[in-house]
Amino acid sequence: MEILVCVKRVPDTAENEFELNSAGNDLDRDDLVYSVNEWDNYAVEEAIQIVDNVGGNVTVVTVGDDESEEVLRREMAMGANNGILLSDDAFEGADGKGIATILKAEVEKGNYDLILTGAQADEGAGQVGGMLAAMLDYPYASLVNKVEVDGDAAIKVGREIEGGNQEMNELDLPCVLSIQTGINEPRYVGIRGIRKVAKLEIPVKGASDLGLDAATVGDAAAKVKRVDYFVPDMGDGAEMLDGSTDEIIAQLIERIKSKGGLA
Amino acid sequence: MAEIFAYIPHSAGVAEDIAMEYPDAAKKIDAAAAVTAVVTGSGADLDKVVEAMTGVYSSVIKIDNEALAYPNAEVVRKALVSVLPADAIVLLPHNTFGMDLGPGLSIKMDASFVADVVDIDSCDGTTLKVVRQELGGAVSTHVSCDVAAGAVVTVRGGSFVPAEDAAAGGAVVDKSADAGDLACKRRFLEVVEAEVGDVDITKSDLLVSIGRGIEEEDNIEVAQELAEAMGAVVSCSRPIVDAKWLEKSRQVGTSGQTVKPKVYLAMGISGSFQHMGGVKGNPYIIAINKNPKAPIFQVADVGVVADILEFMPEFTEAVSG
Ligand SMILES: Cc1cc2nc3c(=O)[nH]c(=O)nc-3n(C[C@H](O)[C@H](O)[C@H](O)COP(=O)(O)OP(=O)(O)OC[C@H]3O[C@@H](n4cnc5c(N)ncnc54)[C@H](O)[C@@H]3O)c2cc1C
Repeated sequence: MEILVCVKRVPDTAENEFELNSAGNDLDRDDLVYSVNEWDNYAVEEAIQIVDNVGGNVTVVTVGDDESEEVLRREMAMGANNGILLSDDAFEGADGKGIATILKAEVEKGNYDLILTGAQADEGAGQVGGMLAAMLDYPYASLVNKVEVDGDAAIKVGREIEGGNQEMNELDLPCVLSIQTGINEPRYVGIRGIRKVAKLEIPVKGASDLGLDAATVGDAAAKVKRVDYFVPDMGDGAEMLDGSTDEIIAQLIERIKSKGGLA
Repeated sequence: MAEIFAYIPHSAGVAEDIAMEYPDAAKKIDAAAAVTAVVTGSGADLDKVVEAMTGVYSSVIKIDNEALAYPNAEVVRKALVSVLPADAIVLLPHNTFGMDLGPGLSIKMDASFVADVVDIDSCDGTTLKVVRQELGGAVSTHVSCDVAAGAVVTVRGGSFVPAEDAAAGGAVVDKSADAGDLACKRRFLEVVEAEVGDVDITKSDLLVSIGRGIEEEDNIEVAQELAEAMGAVVSCSRPIVDAKWLEKSRQVGTSGQTVKPKVYLAMGISGSFQHMGGVKGNPYIIAINKNPKAPIFQVADVGVVADILEFMPEFTEAVSG
């Protein structure tokens, strides 16, 4: 099975405290720590496990800049066979549809049976997989937490739905799936693993390599644009306790008692 | 201004809460717009929902088809593309169904797509300006969306003021005959119910809930000791279950359990909307987090900036007396 996994380099929510810049319209990006989108690791792990079972290849692809190469290498260290970087000044400012359009062009250059994405990334939109599928006229399932491959014609998948229930579906191949966390346990990648793939070549493709009209994908074509970042007025928020730990704990115990949580 | 359509998710003949929240969202897009509810499904359950929606919406489109009995997003998409006008603004829930349907629907309608909208700032001509969050709720953004050729907008539940059920006396338009060919490449098989665990976190008045801030599997013991000393039960956020450190039945949130304790202690939990979506009944929320900017402090009643790994053992000692 030929599998393409779409991945993204994102600011790491566990490693950063996000602040606005001095103009107040963007994040202060100077010291941000980036990593691969959490959901994408599960997608790559799933692809590797499928290929381990039924044979084939895993290719990871990202739309990004030079720095995005590091996330491709990380996923190759996990076990993906190939990496492709789609990069062009003309791609800047692309919205979700623009990104899906760029990925579609790459999909059409290959011969993939299965395309995976993470269920969502830093923007929490969860849009690229579903758009890509619709553009390709492939069936799509989001929030997939189980994949059973049995034959070349169709695939059985479980989707996570509300309350932790699982919706089972059968999809014709080729298809696009967005992968939810928890589907597997992504393997650990150490420094040694990264070093092993450091020299592998990662082709970089731009708009003309993909046969894309720059006007259809970048900022000019984007109908959805982020205007600014801001700090919303959320009312008072929590009453923050300070003082010594002993004092704080004594207060908390009092409050838990008064609210009926402790006898 | 384009027409606004609100897709009504429902199960067992009852519309989901979001059905009451769309009218407020629609009003914020265009105060003068008439909003049409769209209900797809089959048989008596569908009729019940359509009937209920006539009390809320002035116009209700009904699409009845055996193939729509279960809301398979691909089938629903086909029906909507056949029935709705090309420049429609379509409101969907931002839940597991809306995430499944929305992106593809926007492509097939050649419309803009904006997901997980928590507020609507304005709509100036054909430019809709909405509020979203990024990075797990750590930051908010304004996003502009060109709606000239229509738009698909998924709305976060609980973000808009629910309408009163006032006998709107809405007219029902049956568009079942216009649904078109609903054959598709994705087939719904069955729903497998979540497994029941050993511990029922939904019954406890006091929950000690741990998140990724617990850092390592071995530290879970520290939370268990605190819970034991308090006569509480340990629950958790999703990453703890994803890592297989606790069983799924202890997960609080939209894809886990809905809990209604009297007091909820959030330990090293950032406060994502999917997590807080499982915390109901207006409990007293105590948040302990080492990041003073953690979004949980916006929804908690009382907060402490601390390292839970140092804080919890001291807490346990104090409670044990
Ligand atoms: C469709 C869908 C459904 C989902 N359903 C659920 C659900 O049901 N339940 C759920 O919980 N999530 C759910 N999620 C995931 C959700 O979006 C968040 O990713 C998740 O809730 C984050 O968990 P967390 O707060 O534990 O981790 P994080 O967001 O990583 O937060 C960890 C927090 O701990 C703090 N911290 C770190 N170390 C320490 C320390 N030593 N002491 C004190 N504080 C510390 C950090 O400052 C941070 O605020 C869902 C996501 C999707 C897409």
